[in-house]
Amino acid sequence: MMKNWLWKTGRSAIKSMTKVKKTIQTIPQKRTPMQEQDPIARVNNFDEVTFGYNLEDAVNESSRCLDCKKPLCISGCPISINIPGFIRQIYEGNFKGAYDILSEASISPAICGRVCRQEDQCEIGCTVGKKLEPVAIGHLERWVGDMAIEKGWSNSPGIKPRGFKVGVIGSGPSGLACAADMAKAGCDVTIYEALHLPGGVLRYGIPEFRLPDMLIDAEINKLKKMGVKICCDTLVGRLFTIEQMLDEMGFNTVFIATGAGYPKFMGIPGEFLNGVLSANEFLTRCNLMNAGEFPVADTPLRLGKKVVVIGAGNTAMDATRVALRLGSEKVYCLYRRSRTESPARSEEIRHAEEEGVCFCWLTSPVEIIGDEKGSVCTIRCTMMKLGELDGSGRSRPVPISDSEYELEVDTVIYAIGTNANPIIGQTCGVKLNKWGYIETDETLQTSIPGVFAGGDIVTGAATVILAMAAGRKAASGMKRYLGIQP
Amino acid sequence: MHKIVAREDFSDVTYLLEVEHPMLAKAAKPGQFVIVRHNEQSERIPLTIADFDRQKGTITLVIQAVGKTTRQMQKDCVAGSSLAGVVGPMGVPSHIGDVKKIVCVGGGLGVAPVFPQLRSYKEKGAYAIGIVGFRNKDLIFWEDRFRRYCDDLIICTDDGSSGVKGMVTDGLRIAFEKHPDIDEVVAIGPPVMMKSCAEITRPLKVKTMVSLNPIMVDGTGMCGGCRVRVGGEMRFGCTDGPDFDGHLVDFDELMIRLGRFRDDEKLALENWSQCNKKHD
Ligand SMILES: Cc1cc2nc3c(=O)[nH]c(=O)nc-3n(C[C@H](O)[C@H](O)[C@H](O)COP(=O)(O)OP(=O)(O)OC[C@H]3O[C@@H](n4cnc5c(N)ncnc54)[C@H](O)[C@@H]3O)c2cc1C
Ligand SMILES: Cc1cc2nc3c(=O)[nH]c(=O)nc-3n(C[C@H](O)[C@H](O)[C@H](O)COP(=O)(O)OP(=O)(O)OC[C@H]3O[C@@H](n4cnc5c(N)ncnc54)[C@H](O)[C@@H]3O)c2cc1C
Ligand code: SF4
Ligand code: SF4
Ligand code: FES
Repeated sequence: MMKNWLWKTGRSAIKSMTKVKKTIQTIPQKRTPMQEQDPIARVNNFDEVTFGYNLEDAVNESSRCLDCKKPLCISGCPISINIPGFIRQIYEGNFKGAYDILSEASISPAICGRVCRQEDQCEIGCTVGKKLEPVAIGHLERWVGDMAIEKGWSNSPGIKPRGFKVGVIGSGPSGLACAADMAKAGCDVTIYEALHLPGGVLRYGIPEFRLPDMLIDAEINKLKKMGVKICCDTLVGRLFTIEQMLDEMGFNTVFIATGAGYPKFMGIPGEFLNGVLSANEFLTRCNLMNAGEFPVADTPLRLGKKVVVIGAGNTAMDATRVALRLGSEKVYCLYRRSRTESPARSEEIRHAEEEGVCFCWLTSPVEIIGDEKGSVCTIRCTMMKLGELDGSGRSRPVPISDSEYELEVDTVIYAIGTNANPIIGQTCGVKLNKWGYIETDETLQTSIPGVFAGGDIVTGAATVILAMAAGRKAASGMKRYLGIQP
Repeated sequence: MHKIVAREDFSDVTYLLEVEHPMLAKAAKPGQFVIVRHNEQSERIPLTIADFDRQKGTITLVIQAVGKTTRQMQKDCVAGSSLAGVVGPMGVPSHIGDVKKIVCVGGGLGVAPVFPQLRSYKEKGAYAIGIVGFRNKDLIFWEDRFRRYCDDLIICTDDGSSGVKGMVTDGLRIAFEKHPDIDEVVAIGPPVMMKSCAEITRPLKVKTMVSLNPIMVDGTGMCGGCRVRVGGEMRFGCTDGPDFDGHLVDFDELMIRLGRFRDDEKLALENWSQCNKKHD
């Protein structure tokens, strides 16, 4: 058996054979920690919170992977990265090799390694995690991704033009992933983006201290080098329709990746008061328009001293932490369920807690009250308790009677989710489901032949990695549709 | 980058820019707007498409200098210069219904943006009444354009130096006296003016469409900053509007929301004016 294995993996295997076979007893028992900025310092800046591994950390952590025969980590990863494969390359010092393996599956290990919910996906299945802390797969992935950007590695060897024209609508992770695959397949790809900068939520939503813009720029530049054209300030559906793209503009196939960024409100009294805004508006003003630097930057923000954020997902965490960094003195986070049910990554909640966000679990707003000028001054809340299980299998929160109390605040930020963006639905005949999301078949083709869709506009608000996976899946479907892949 | 091919000044605060954007000119319909970025650091500001020329490939914007960005543009945007970004057309196009007699009211900011609607109604065969209001005779613009498409044009000036002395609401009352068979009213201008027009037509039960101008960021339905209350429900100005039924709009709330950044706007303008003085 050993001979067979040697034969299969060749030289690099020989190298590692010289090392002792790893077992759960022999590997480093503790997960290699990632250094972070001190909470007191970091609330005063927008620099990245976590520093990332150095070479020594990465090699040390890579030595914790047991290279399992049945790697359960892979089945947890939505894009099925060959996890033991890339970690083995790090362990053996072949970092470009690690990148080659990662880039087969992922368009951006640097981005995924940072924002992916690894603790619930790849790392949850990790064999090491049964006894010890799981291998830090995400941290390793990020380390390789960062090195690739630093060294300028990219894998798009010898693109052979095939003369097909592909249109991608939306430049979020889903659109970028699809564009990369179609460009590699030799298609002439154009991405259309409504905003003035590409990246979707990666750009306007997730703040700099979690995902530096530089990484998005690196991704975009890679696409440009592959010949992908990116047209910003282009609102598809209104400037031209999808039908026009197919008929007049000569696109052979189109991918819709317009996201689900249509913010929800609750419908309680007071939502029209000045000082009430969606997390999308708040984050866009800050991340895309640099409103934090007003009046040096033109876009105003008017962030108050006492801020309440409603909701406890990633968006809510980002909003609380941006508010702190922009000088709010008190930031509350209200969530109607408890910490355990919170949809945010545990790391994000921990970071927010360390930075001083005041969490009010099991609390729901009932009314926002304004002053005589129409600005927010108080929010009235009620305490909740968890009742029976609802359709989603989670406990339904119910208000506790006579538990209402008021918080004095001047800004209320809604981060309770989003609906489908309506513009494409308003302007083309593509079939939607009853919530306004686009319906597709299993290849992600919509009701219009040759038009595919994926990411949040199909699934509803989900994750970066699922959006990327959808972009790649649609690309497969599109290649089959064009007859360039069996 | 979009080239400004022509500029015209109507007064010390109102100016017209004709901007090159062939695709946009082709797509634009009455009632739609664009979002403009003057330069890379600028705020994104929404402006109505006051006209479009599909042959020339240009759109026309008529802008009132009210704050930092619109004043900076007034100073910098000469023919031959460029705008960093123009995106659109945004918003649901105005519904140009089959009506026999239409009144299009434009007050202040609204004179230019009401024009494409008036023209469309006329081209569809309606009897078109135009009502436009200015402070005085010297500030009147586009009278010729309006005359070309209007069966009846009522010009109102605050000081009576031309046409009717009074505001467009006075003009609207006169129009209803002259034409009891008006089917529909379109009113575009400052919120107070649109509100007053809607109050005149409410007892007459004449449908009145208004074009709202809430504060916007993206114009794509993503931020919710442009939300307005219409018929008791929350609607987004950029994706559900900007046209709404004037009898259902909560104008008082809209006016409060338009003052959301008043202090910041003042500060921005002061800073900018001071910088400018230094340079002059
Ligand atoms: C604040 C925030 C934090 C998040 N944090 C995380 C996280 O830590 N980890 C994680 O996995 N996920 C996170 N998510 C979720 C994740 O970002 C999304 O699921 C993902 O971005 C969806 O990708 P997408 O490509 O489908 O759409 P989007 O990223 O929404 O991109 C859609 C793009 O299409 C453009 N567009 C829309 N309509 C048109 C049109 N008509 N014409 C042209 N362009 C158009 C939009 O402007 C936008 O740029 C977060 C989301 C938010 C809002
Ligand atoms: C759909 C729509 C169409 C419009 N069409 C025109 C037009 O054809 N011509 C024209 O001159 N103006 C138009 N406006 C108004 C124009 O956008 C504002 O006058 C401009 O943004 C003011 O910017 P500023 O920096 O010069 O002034 P500021 O000092 O920043 O603001 C002055 C006032 O303008 C309003 N305003 C400020 N920022 C915005 C914003 N981002 N979006 C909307 N309103 C804002 C506020 O009420 C504010 O009090 C339109 C607005 C909307 C929403
Ligand atoms: S992409 Fe996400 S789930 Fe997959 S290996 Fe990387 S961190 Fe884990
Ligand atoms: S399950 Fe864990 S130990 Fe096993 S291969 Fe995957 S990462 Fe390595
Ligand atoms: S301007 Fe952002 S949703 Fe309308």
